[in-house]
Amino acid sequence: MPLDTQIDPATHKFKLVGSRPLRPDGVDKVTGRARFGADATAPGMLVGRILRSPHAHARIRKIDTSRAEKLPGVKAIVTQADFKDAKGDQDVVCNVMARDKALYDGHAVAAVAATDALVARKALKLIKVDYEVLPHVTDVDESMKPGAPLLHAGMITEGVEPPPKKASNVAGRCEFGHGDPETGFKQADVVIERTFKTEATHQGYIEPHACLASVTADGHADLWVCTQGHYMVRNVCAEILGMDVSRLRVTASEIGGGFGGKTTVFIEPVALALARKSGKPVKIVMSREEVFRASGPTSSASMTVKIGVTRAGKITGAFADIRMQGGAFAGAPTSLGAMSAFACYDLEHVKAIGWDVVTNRPKQAAYRAPGAPMVAFAVESVLDELAQKIGMDPIELRLKNAAKEGTQSSYGPKFNRIGLTACLEAARKHPHYTAKLGPNQGRGIAAGFWFNFGGQTCVSLNIGVDGTVALAVGTPDIGGSRASMCLIAAEELGIPYDKVRAIVADTSSLGHNDISEGSRVTFSTGLATIQAARDAIGKLCARAAKMWGISPEAVVWENGYAKPAGSNAGNFEPLSLAAIAKKAAKTGGPIAGHYEVNADGAGVSFAVHLTDAEVDPETGRVQIKRYTVVQDAGKAVHPSYVEGQFQGGAVQGIGWAINEEYVYGKDGRLQNPGFLDYRIPVASDLPMIDTVIVEVPNPGHPYGVRGVGETSIVPPLAAVANAVSNAAGVRLTALPMSPPRVLKAIDEAAAVKKRKR
Amino acid sequence: MRYEAPTTINAAVKLLAGKAGVARVLAGGTDLLVQMRTDRIAPDLVVDVKRIAGMRAIATGAKGFKIGAAVSGAELGEHKALRKAWPGVVEAANLIGPKQIQSRATIAGNVCNASPAADSVPALVAAGASAVIAGTKGKRTVPVETIAVGPGRTSLKKGEIVEAILLPKRPPRSGDAYLRFIPRSEMDIAVVGVGVSLTLDTKGVCTAARVALGAVAERVLLVPEAAKALIGSKIDDDALARLAAAASAACRPIDDKRGTKEFRIKIAGVLAKRAAQAAAARARGK
Ligand SMILES: Cc1cc2nc3c(=O)[nH]c(=O)nc-3n(C[C@H](O)[C@H](O)[C@H](O)COP(=O)(O)OP(=O)(O)OC[C@H]3O[C@@H](n4cnc5c(N)ncnc54)[C@H](O)[C@@H]3O)c2cc1C
Repeated sequence: MPLDTQIDPATHKFKLVGSRPLRPDGVDKVTGRARFGADATAPGMLVGRILRSPHAHARIRKIDTSRAEKLPGVKAIVTQADFKDAKGDQDVVCNVMARDKALYDGHAVAAVAATDALVARKALKLIKVDYEVLPHVTDVDESMKPGAPLLHAGMITEGVEPPPKKASNVAGRCEFGHGDPETGFKQADVVIERTFKTEATHQGYIEPHACLASVTADGHADLWVCTQGHYMVRNVCAEILGMDVSRLRVTASEIGGGFGGKTTVFIEPVALALARKSGKPVKIVMSREEVFRASGPTSSASMTVKIGVTRAGKITGAFADIRMQGGAFAGAPTSLGAMSAFACYDLEHVKAIGWDVVTNRPKQAAYRAPGAPMVAFAVESVLDELAQKIGMDPIELRLKNAAKEGTQSSYGPKFNRIGLTACLEAARKHPHYTAKLGPNQGRGIAAGFWFNFGGQTCVSLNIGVDGTVALAVGTPDIGGSRASMCLIAAEELGIPYDKVRAIVADTSSLGHNDISEGSRVTFSTGLATIQAARDAIGKLCARAAKMWGISPEAVVWENGYAKPAGSNAGNFEPLSLAAIAKKAAKTGGPIAGHYEVNADGAGVSFAVHLTDAEVDPETGRVQIKRYTVVQDAGKAVHPSYVEGQFQGGAVQGIGWAINEEYVYGKDGRLQNPGFLDYRIPVASDLPMIDTVIVEVPNPGHPYGVRGVGETSIVPPLAAVANAVSNAAGVRLTALPMSPPRVLKAIDEAAAVKKRKR
Repeated sequence: MRYEAPTTINAAVKLLAGKAGVARVLAGGTDLLVQMRTDRIAPDLVVDVKRIAGMRAIATGAKGFKIGAAVSGAELGEHKALRKAWPGVVEAANLIGPKQIQSRATIAGNVCNASPAADSVPALVAAGASAVIAGTKGKRTVPVETIAVGPGRTSLKKGEIVEAILLPKRPPRSGDAYLRFIPRSEMDIAVVGVGVSLTLDTKGVCTAARVALGAVAERVLLVPEAAKALIGSKIDDDALARLAAAASAACRPIDDKRGTKEFRIKIAGVLAKRAAQAAAARARGK
């Protein structure tokens, strides 16, 4: 089969793709055999611990480690001095170990490696840091004001012409769109402008960051780590430590959740530095408190959105001004937020501006569709209100303006084949949409968009002597991707699912693989797996040809067998994969398929969420009573895991919408670094999340696959806000919609009503 | 750190009284161990009271119930007579944490940990519970509301141990209830907690009531003014409105990450109303 064979996913009858077999990693996970980050051990291993700043913003005058060094059992201590020559992204280096200033509560300032945890803890207490406490700022709007405490003396806003002369906390500005929103607003019958705020949230992965580093005396190193991207970890750490990339081998553990938060390094370079200095393996495991204070939550946002519509429901103009703080370093996902803001709609006049702002908070990391959920909250809330103002069904309003194939997107490119209209129609048809609501209940709908990414991918497919297959991929499995890859390889090869075993190979076993992020794995690793299988099939056909003594072109592969292409080719019994594998030694040696690609053509995806919320009018407490996710998956390779992604995104979005938030005190310290007061939803908080998989094939993938992992968290903030606003009878413009906030809004609205009477 | 697990109360008292430095009683450990692990406390001596005779028993007598200080929440929930007499106390104790915590956590520990948000305490205070305290000078019995004096601080003297919690016998037509406000549906800490216990006469008129509030002051508050609103009424809307107002008026909360002052004051009234209705329904045999 030629490598570029494109099937028509809409009509093709798949044998395995689309079925729901058990995941290969399932037994290990439910029996406790799976090895997560903290499970790695090595002989002579030391315990690494990190000392963190108790101040939101402070100059570090001096760090005195002399007393800690004398403590028996302490084998190494590292501070900024050990990283001063580190190459690479200096923001990352400075986040890993503070330089002249501690920039947030929890910023690492020193680390020790000791023989046990108690010694390490004692040693941390013996390190004396002389701080000069500086004024701090944690709110995005406050940080943008002139006169706000300045984090970086040299920060000149990028993307502004002419460049500002004075330093500020605004790292950059970006702008997307076309046409002129002001012209659009003039054509509108109704224009609504509102300002929204969202709080920073954490990905809330259950597994804390953990790694084990070992460095030999001659400069070879191994690192076992829980990460979404071990190749990234290798490249970044090698650069920081001044090592050859090939001397550092990184192995990814099983992962207890990442959701974007494990796409960067925090403790890994520190563990390596301690291991190098002490000459012993060093393990660091973050505590839950450290995860909250010092890993990477997402940004908080402040946004102004203005949209105009005609009475007939045409959106004539749309504008968004998006301000996000991304912690102490540049990099808030404002451009992704601004690009995605109006991507659902076909608009003539649209503009979105984004501001990337630094504050005294931990450096943000990716969180599932970074930047998009908050902006969708603002945009879809205004649309909900507009629909009510013009008396139009909210799905109808969205259908009238939905982006389609050929639409010039608000962020630039023209859309290929997309599934927004199909999702909206499926949502409208769903029984949920017309179900009766109870007292104090309201319904909300919202649409959402995500880009999805492709990227660098390398896969090896090795055929064993018995014809079973070992598939090596380089993308950590964060959502059941090993099951999907086995399905895909088995589908192509024509063998049963359980004859393929997929592993996540270490960094020395494959070429570079980008991180498991951007909803890219089933798309790109899937694509590479298809092509690696087809590469292997080409070789299998050639071996069969050799066994038969005919030309390779005269052999075809069908349902797991090599067959002569036609009667002219000769009359031979078909050869199974196992039969060919058995003879491999005699026909040319081992058989393996490979593929390397920088995958292009990831199809964008859309979702529509429906939810019913009940609000207790006396307490402001919100309960989610019903929830339905409708999303375009392109082609669902393993529908259960696609549904799992839909449900997971919805659940995280619900948490973000109603209870999750980073709470900072006046002192700039995080008040709730634990799951008691950082309230992710528990099972009893949630209804069953219903799912509808829409399949509009992505023309950029042989099976039509689109990424599904991120789009599902884009609509829920807005869907829940619309439901709560409709239930409470007052528009909620700030997240989370925690009980005190909702009750206050209800009481204020009641007071206004009373005054009017 | 030294760990001891004596088998008599006198030995336990002696150990605690004799130790210079920080000494702590260990019951279920669901507060103490968390505090030790997070470095909030580093005791020099820990005295485990679970092996002391009688500490893990619930005794039923003419005067009511005597609950040993090491009885777990789960054991309370499994005690039929107790559940029947004091459903509010048991439901409050059973709210403490998930199953794992329930099989360890004690109400004495909940009281002695002196958190203003402790769930079983408002229910115990409303129930008129008292604590038997053993010390170097013998035993004394005090109302539960006098034990906590502020967050993490108690009126217990060095060497003193709560040996048991006493719950009085129930007159007929009595009911109690505990409600807490939490943003989630479980696994959370009370933003406000309200315990109500009341007795009705044959006509449905309230003859006795006690109302206690949690998480609205530095310790759990017994609010006689709130009880007064109920006594003499048929727990009608008027009485409930007065109850809510009195409960709100008694609050002196702080603003914190779990709720604003304003919010807590309001919710105390709302919950008092709902708890009183629940207690009344139980008293009426519903
Ligand atoms: C996951 C989790 C969830 C929780 N959920 C809740 C909740 O919903 N509501 C709630 O109120 N609490 C909750 N808690 C806190 C805790 O479980 C309760 O306060 C519990 O009742 C404490 O009882 P214990 O027996 O474990 O106390 P311990 O931890 O053993 O002791 C607590 C304190 O009281 C002292 N003490 C204990 N017994 C005695 C005694 N007999 N005499 C003198 N001093 C004594 C100890 O020295 C210590 O200072 C939770 C804790 C966890 C870990």
